[in-house]
Amino acid sequence: MTAPNDKNNDGGVPVPTTPAGASTGAPAEYPPSSPAGRGMFGMHGSGDVSGYGGLVRQRKPIEEAARPYGGYFDEVRDALEEAYPAFGDAIEKVVVDRGELTLHVRPERIAEVCQVMRDDLALRFELCSSVSGVDYLGADSRRLHVVYQLTSMTYRRRVRLEAAVSAEDPHLPSVTAVYPTADWQERETYDMFGIVFDGHPNLTRILMPDDWEGHPQRKDYPLGGVPVEYKGAEIPPPDRRRSYQ
Amino acid sequence: MTTSNYATERETTEGKVFTVTGGDWDQVVAGTDPINDERIVVNMGPQHPSTHGVLRLILELEGETVREARSVVGYLHTGIEKNLEYRNWVQGSTFVTRMDYLAPLFNETAYALAVEKLLGVTDEVTERATTIRVLMMELNRISSHLVWLATTGMELGAISIMLYGFREREYILDIFETITGLRMNHAYVRPGGVAQDVPDEAIVKIREFLKMMPKKLKEYEDLLSGQPIWTERTKGVAVLDATGCLALGVTGPVLRSAGLAWDLRKTMPYCGYETYEFDVPTHPDGDVWGRYLVRLAEIRESLKLVEQALDRLKPGPVMVADRKIAWPAQLAIGVDGMGNSLEHVAKIMGQSMESLIHHFKLVTEGFRVPPGQVYVGIESPRGELGVHAVSDGGTRPYRVHYREPSFVNLQALPAMAEGGLIADVIAGGASLDPVMGGCDR
Repeated sequence: MTAPNDKNNDGGVPVPTTPAGASTGAPAEYPPSSPAGRGMFGMHGSGDVSGYGGLVRQRKPIEEAARPYGGYFDEVRDALEEAYPAFGDAIEKVVVDRGELTLHVRPERIAEVCQVMRDDLALRFELCSSVSGVDYLGADSRRLHVVYQLTSMTYRRRVRLEAAVSAEDPHLPSVTAVYPTADWQERETYDMFGIVFDGHPNLTRILMPDDWEGHPQRKDYPLGGVPVEYKGAEIPPPDRRRSYQ
Repeated sequence: MTTSNYATERETTEGKVFTVTGGDWDQVVAGTDPINDERIVVNMGPQHPSTHGVLRLILELEGETVREARSVVGYLHTGIEKNLEYRNWVQGSTFVTRMDYLAPLFNETAYALAVEKLLGVTDEVTERATTIRVLMMELNRISSHLVWLATTGMELGAISIMLYGFREREYILDIFETITGLRMNHAYVRPGGVAQDVPDEAIVKIREFLKMMPKKLKEYEDLLSGQPIWTERTKGVAVLDATGCLALGVTGPVLRSAGLAWDLRKTMPYCGYETYEFDVPTHPDGDVWGRYLVRLAEIRESLKLVEQALDRLKPGPVMVADRKIAWPAQLAIGVDGMGNSLEHVAKIMGQSMESLIHHFKLVTEGFRVPPGQVYVGIESPRGELGVHAVSDGGTRPYRVHYREPSFVNLQALPAMAEGGLIADVIAGGASLDPVMGGCDR
């Protein structure tokens, strides 16, 4: 599974090209699932001289989709462009992947975009199905993404909005004024990722205890865990165990 | 990650926000003057038989009238979403089944559909596997609605229906045990198909169940529908109209009881639901009574679906043909429980080195899923159950988020309870059918 790839040689260490798992053709470059993104098993300083510890994964950039997107995606984009004058400024990227449309929105514009998405007659995304976060640690400085799944019951369509903020300044406007259902979901996102939704009426922790420190779903959140000792050997917490990356 | 992110009480534009962890309870109570404004703050739960699990309610009362209600959740948070990130994709089924413990097969199916969409093998899932999923989900919907009926009945003082509801649910759990080996926490629906085929004895049991259930439903209706206490406690109670439902994101039977026939099985079909014949029951009033009628009607529709699914079950594989994804072994029940079948063990241990390597790689490392993200929504007994799954190309999920209908629907409780009587808080909360295992994950 580690066929050498001449193009991506990094210090003479081959980069894995053929995906081990799927006949469906995974792209050759994986983003790292461990914060370091280095090594085959996520281990460092173990004295491993096999060379596999030096593997570095490349993170594949998210690519903008080309028109026409197909399906209803073009209609949604056109309708939003027409109804929302600041479209060019607010929408950073339009991605179509696996039959789903994702609009990457500038974080400070997210509430406005949601308002238009809900109210415009050609869009009518009445229901905000889900708000949650993803931490793309190591991707770029704006690693914390907030993901909104909008559903149009009138047209039976779904669209995903994604807004990226940095961990240093994790602020973006709350959409609770547009979608009251986002209330608890934004609280959960704040709780788990430390993303602050400005204008939220009551942004407190919701799942974790109120005096909890840190935000557990962040990728750099230390898992802690109690090392289990057995006959002198120690089993480390899951994020520091040797495992397939 | 700074320590200043503690949530404490604070002033906001909406007034003072309390966190009510216990430490500031005196402050909360001191906020009201029991002698002059006749308001008292009552804490209900998290350990309370009628809050449907570990739900905590903080009610501000004026006499018997609820002026403000706030719900506190999180007592059953087990970090399942985080745990998923440290197991491979197949092992995820075992975690997600434990979220909403009354609808485990929905959790599993939603997860499997998301992983299959990420893998791009949605069309390769065999017909038999899909039909079995529909069969299991609809049986599960019935058992979940039965628990709703049983517990809600009990919470409103109808103890007999509690016994009957759990009795019939037990029959369904028996069927599940015959098929999956477990009454709950099945991990039966897996990415690529289902864990093992449905045995013939289960089919016999399901047919018996189909014959028996309509009579039982009639019994429930005879017991409750005409009963004056039941109608008094439910009619016109905890009303939430369709506009309110949509604003608060409430889906499922609660939304349908407000008159909107939004059912993902019809409106955004998955698992071939568009080829089945069934109706979406609705009710115009949006009260607890309507939710009761809608759920009973949904049990009948599910019975129809189970029957159709049974008729469609044609012999065939229950796992995708792709050997890079499918579990390498057939599973079988041995003396020590369920495991890889003995033939498979004999083959990998005695005959084929390549099979052993394949088995080892797939079981320890797992398959890789191409990078990307998907969102899959299915209609669970409580509403839209959504899975947002993100892969980074590795053998483990990068992030899985469950849009849990229990969690989202519970936000509607203050809207239903405020201005009503304290006794109706119970009826309203129960009619939302929250399952705290799902809500808190």
